[in-house]
Amino acid sequence: MTRVSAGFLPLMDAAILIAAARLGFAEKEGIDLHLMRDASWANIRDRIAIGHFDAAHMLAPMPIAANLGLGPLPGRLAAPFAMGLGGNAICVSGELSDMMAQDDDAAGFSINDASLSGRRLAEALKRRLSSGRSTRFAVVHSHSGHNLELRYFMAASGIDPDHDVDIVIVPPSYMPDALTSGRIDGFCVGEPWSNVAVARGVGHVIATKNAIWRSSPEKVLAVREALVDDDPGLVHALIRALYRAAVWCDLPENHEELARLLSEPNHIDVPAAILMESLAGRFGSGNESGNPDFFITDRRAATFPWRSHALWLYSQMVRWGLLEHTTANARTANATYRPDLYRAALAETDALLPASDAKVEGALTEARELPAADGRPLIIGPDGFMDGRIFDPARLDDYIASQSRSLR
Amino acid sequence: MASEETTSVLVIDDNPIRASIIEEGLRHSGEMRVHLASDMHGIAATIEALQPDVIVIDLGNPNRDMLENAFQLSRAVKKPIAMFVDHSDAAATAAAIEAGVSAYVVDGLKPQRIKTILEMAVGRFNAFAKMERELQIARDALTERKLIERAKTILMNQRNIDEGQAYRIMRSAAMNQNRRLAEIAESLITAAALLDDKT
Repeated sequence: MTRVSAGFLPLMDAAILIAAARLGFAEKEGIDLHLMRDASWANIRDRIAIGHFDAAHMLAPMPIAANLGLGPLPGRLAAPFAMGLGGNAICVSGELSDMMAQDDDAAGFSINDASLSGRRLAEALKRRLSSGRSTRFAVVHSHSGHNLELRYFMAASGIDPDHDVDIVIVPPSYMPDALTSGRIDGFCVGEPWSNVAVARGVGHVIATKNAIWRSSPEKVLAVREALVDDDPGLVHALIRALYRAAVWCDLPENHEELARLLSEPNHIDVPAAILMESLAGRFGSGNESGNPDFFITDRRAATFPWRSHALWLYSQMVRWGLLEHTTANARTANATYRPDLYRAALAETDALLPASDAKVEGALTEARELPAADGRPLIIGPDGFMDGRIFDPARLDDYIASQSRSLR
Repeated sequence: MASEETTSVLVIDDNPIRASIIEEGLRHSGEMRVHLASDMHGIAATIEALQPDVIVIDLGNPNRDMLENAFQLSRAVKKPIAMFVDHSDAAATAAAIEAGVSAYVVDGLKPQRIKTILEMAVGRFNAFAKMERELQIARDALTERKLIERAKTILMNQRNIDEGQAYRIMRSAAMNQNRRLAEIAESLITAAALLDDKT
C-alpha cells in the first residue's frame, strides 16, 4: 500500500474522492488514500504546493492559475482527472427572487432556463439601482468556476458583473448565513450549500450551472507535477481508483449510500436528506422534479480532462482581467490539463476514452453518440452555452477578441 | 506605512484566546503596533485604515479566501504580497503551515523582520495547540473518571458488593483484556443499559 494524502473542501463534488477513499476503490489500486478536510481553497492550494498533500480536490481554474504564477508559491500542478460535470447553482434571497417573479404575466422563471432567469435578474437589478440600492453576489474564489459562470450568466443577460453588482468572496459553507444576514443578495456555489439555504427558507435557486453551460467542468483532481515525474505509476493508480469511484457515484441506486457517506461529520456534515436533494438536482418548492444531469460523475466522459475545458476557463480568466492573454500563457493553461495521464491510466480498462483531447464547446445542443478512441460508441454532451455561443479551442484568439468585458 | 522602526501587524483570528497570546508575543518582540480582528466584515476597510506591514491569519479560518480577495481590492496593500516568509525558505513555510498559521507580508519589509514575526507566530500557534491538546486530555480524563464511578455503582448494585471489590473486578478485567479501565467501564454501562431496556 502506498500512502497518498488528499485535501478536500466540504462539497458534494468531493464525492468521487471521498468514495474512492472510503469504499475500497483506492485500496484495490494499492493506495492508502488519506483524506484531509480543509477550510479554504487558499489552504488547499498552498498545502499541495509544499507537499503537505499529494493530491487535492480543486477548483478547475486553480491549477491553471498556479501554473501561470498567480499563486503565492512556486511549483507546478497537473490536472489529470475531472471530478464530474455540473453541481453548482445560483441562489438568491427571497426578496430578489420576488422582484424577479413579479410584474409578469407568464409563470415566473425556471432554474433550467438561464436566459429567462438572467433577463428577469437584469430587470430586477435595474429597478433596484433606480431606487439607489446596490446588489451583492458572492462566489467562493476568484479562480473558480463559480466566479466565471456567474459572470458569464450576467454578461449574457445584459448585466455588467463589474459595475452593476458587487461580487465578493465568501466560503461555501458560510453562504446560507451570509444570505440570511443580508450581507449578500445572492451567490453561486457548489452543492449542498444552495440546498441548505433552500431548506432554511432563505434562498431561491434561479439557475443551475448546467443551464448556463451544459455538461460543464467544475472540480479537478490536482497533483503536483513533481509527483507525476517521480511516480507516474502511482498517479495512474490514483486515476483508476477515482474512475471506479466515479462510476459507482453515478448510479442512482447508490445515491442513498453516497449521501450517508458524504453527510458524515468529517466529510460534509450536512444531513443526508439534503444531500439526496443535491444529488438529484432538486431545489425545493417548484423544483421537486430534479434533473439527472445536474451533477454527472461518469456518464458522457464526465471525468475526462478536456483541453477545451482548460482553454475556455483560461479565456474567461482573461475576459475578467485575472490574467493577460499571451501565446505562452495559453500554452501553459492548455498543458495544465493532462488527458495523456488519464488515457495512460485507463488504457487497459473498459473505460470509454474520447477519440480527441479537445472538442468544440457549445457545438452539441443535444447529446450525441460519437466513436470513442477504440471505436465503441460514446455519448457526449450536450455542451451548449445559454447564449448559443461556440468555443472552438483552435480559434482561441478570435474568441478572446470577440468577447466583451464591460458592457458600458 | 509605519515608520522604519515600528512594524504594524494585523492579527485575524476568531479565537480570542489565541489572538491575545499572539498579540502578547508580538508586543514582546520589538517595536510593533498590533491590531486584532475577529470579524471579516469590512476587513478591506480595516486593512485600508491600518495599512499593516504584516497580516497574520489562522489557517483554520475559511475566510482566508475572502482575505486574499480583499488584498486584490485594497489600494493599501499593493501587490505583490509574499506569503510564508519568502518563497525560497521552504522549511519556514512548511513550519508555518504545520502550525496552522499564514502571514501576508507587504512588500518592502526587511526579510529578517518578517522572519522574526513569523517565527514568533509559529511558536505561539504551536504553544496554543499544545495547550488545547492538554486541555482535551484533561477533559477526557474527567469524563473517564465519571464513567468509572458509574460503572462501579452499577457493579455494586448488581452483585451486592462494596466499592473496593467492584474496582478490583474492573481492574482485573482491564488487565486480562488489555483494555483501559475506562473502556471496561463503558462496556459495563452499555451492557447495563441494554439489560434495562429488556426489562
